[in-house]
Order: sequence, then structure tokens, then C-alpha cells
Amino acid sequence: MSRPGRDDAPDRLYTITGGRSGAGPDNPFDLVTLVVAESEPATGMQSEHAAILRLAEFPVSVVEVAAELRLPVSITKILLGDLLVAGRVSARHPHRPAITDPDILEQVLVGLRNL
Amino acid sequence: MDSATSDARTPLGATADNGFKIVVVGGFGVGKTTLVRSVSEIRPLNTEETMTQAGEDIDDIREVRGKSATTVAFDFGRITLDARNVLYLFGAPGQERFWFLWDRLFSGTLGAVVLVDTRRIDDSWYAIDRLEKYGTPFIVACNDFGGTVHTPEDIRHALDLDPQVPLLNCDARSRESGKQVLITLVQHVRNRYAGPSAPADLPRQEFV
Repeated sequence: MSRPGRDDAPDRLYTITGGRSGAGPDNPFDLVTLVVAESEPATGMQSEHAAILRLAEFPVSVVEVAAELRLPVSITKILLGDLLVAGRVSARHPHRPAITDPDILEQVLVGLRNL
Repeated sequence: MDSATSDARTPLGATADNGFKIVVVGGFGVGKTTLVRSVSEIRPLNTEETMTQAGEDIDDIREVRGKSATTVAFDFGRITLDARNVLYLFGAPGQERFWFLWDRLFSGTLGAVVLVDTRRIDDSWYAIDRLEKYGTPFIVACNDFGGTVHTPEDIRHALDLDPQVPLLNCDARSRESGKQVLITLVQHVRNRYAGPSAPADLPRQEFV
């Protein structure tokens, strides 16, 4: 399996994001933010946006979207930002800080023991 | 859950709303992907992040095409913990350029597993040094490749490991063993950072 993005010309990534550079500090998405589609793909929509909406019929993490689309994470975050602003997806960000919350850690332990 | 070898996507439940990260760091061939695969409910996926992105103008793109982009590839798996909580397990290379992207990718991580091949123990020094500097909770797991058996004391000494850091042996191919590694890490995090004896100097990265 070839690595996503590796064999892509930067030109392609440039086109996909309309020339925007990497997701800036204002971009709210974490690697494990769960994204959920709030609408169906529409005619004329950019193909990557439509692909994300199909992937996000059920909750899906940012990193899974990046892997499925074979795009670098930061490019994926830009595309997700477009959809979020347009109200086409909602975002479930990770609860923080997890490591100092004994209740959250206990939930993780219970889940792991049940594997 | 579905077989880990299935190629079909296995969606999360509709109520999933909280993602966690755990990072497995280790040298090439130490078994990171094997460990991720043994506990993941999905076939491990691969993606990448680049330090320099397609830029604002033509010059920047030329630069990316040249040699200035730092690209780090990593793979990951997924464990559904319950109806709301999902754990993502990342296998990440420990080499130097990877750490440039640590904050961007792995801030807020629950913790890290340093996977060690005791035949090449010095491969792990750099990762341990970086995790200590970032204040990321971690444990050390020695993947069993057979060969000479080292005592835990020997390994601790060779890694110059803080006595508080758990050290265990594992078989990255075994789901049960991989599960035990993750449980050991989360117990360590709970005892060290969330208990009544938690130190005042909490890892800075958790509050960015």
C-alpha cells in the first residue's frame, strides 16, 4: 500500500484546498475529533467534500478520514473546516484533560479489560 | 467487533463522542504495527502529516516539491471502549524528525508505550528522552524476540529508566499481551496523574 499523499504532486493538494496552506492554529480539529455528517452530499460539491460526507454518515475520526481519502492530516483538516463552517458536519472534540480525570481513566480501563 | 483483517470499513456507533489517543513509539521493525494490529478492531490504516504544506504561492509549492517538507507517516488502529469512548492507537516512528510533529499530532495523548527490542536497546534512548522532555506519561514494553533474556534491572539500567516508569515484557503478536500493555499504561497514568498522590507538576502538554 502506498502512503497517502506521498506520491501526490503538491499541485494536487494545492488544488484540493484552493491554494490554502496547512491547517492553522484556529483549526479546531484534533486527530481524534469525531465528525458526523449533517447533510447528504450535494450535486456540484467538491468530490473530497462529498467523500467526507459519505464517510461521516456515522461518527468518524479526522485521522480515519485522512487515511480513507489518502490525504495528509492537515489538508483533511482544511476540508473538514469548510464543511463545519457550512454546517454540513458537526464535530465531537475529545474531552480534556483526560489524564487527570480518574473517572475517565476508569472508563478506559473498564473498556480495555472487556476487550 | 468485526475481524481485524476485514477490508470493509467498520463504522463507529452513532453515540461515539469522545476519542482518546495512545501512541506506540519505537524503532524500525520493533513491532509497533504488530502491536496495533493485535488489539485493533479495524485493519490498521496508514496516513501521514507534513510539516510544510502546499503554500500560498508558486514559490512555496516549488519548495515542497524540492526537499523542505518534513513528512511523517504513521499507522493506527481503533478500539471501541464503550458506547461513547473510542481509543485510537498510533504506531509512530521514533526518529528525530517525527518529534517536530508531536505537538501537532499527539498533544492531549493519554500516554505512550515505548516498544523496545532488547537486542537494540539504544534505539529507544531518544524516544524516552523526548517523552520525558514533553512530560508525556509512558511505560516501556519489551517485545519478546527470543534470544538472551535480560533481567528487568539490566534493562532499567541500560535505559536509565526512572523507577516510577513501569517496565514489562510483551508479545506484540498476542492480543492478550497487547491488551495488558495498554492496561498497564492507563493504570500508570491513573496512579501517577489522577490519584490523590498526583504530583503538582502535571505535564504541560495536557493544558495547551
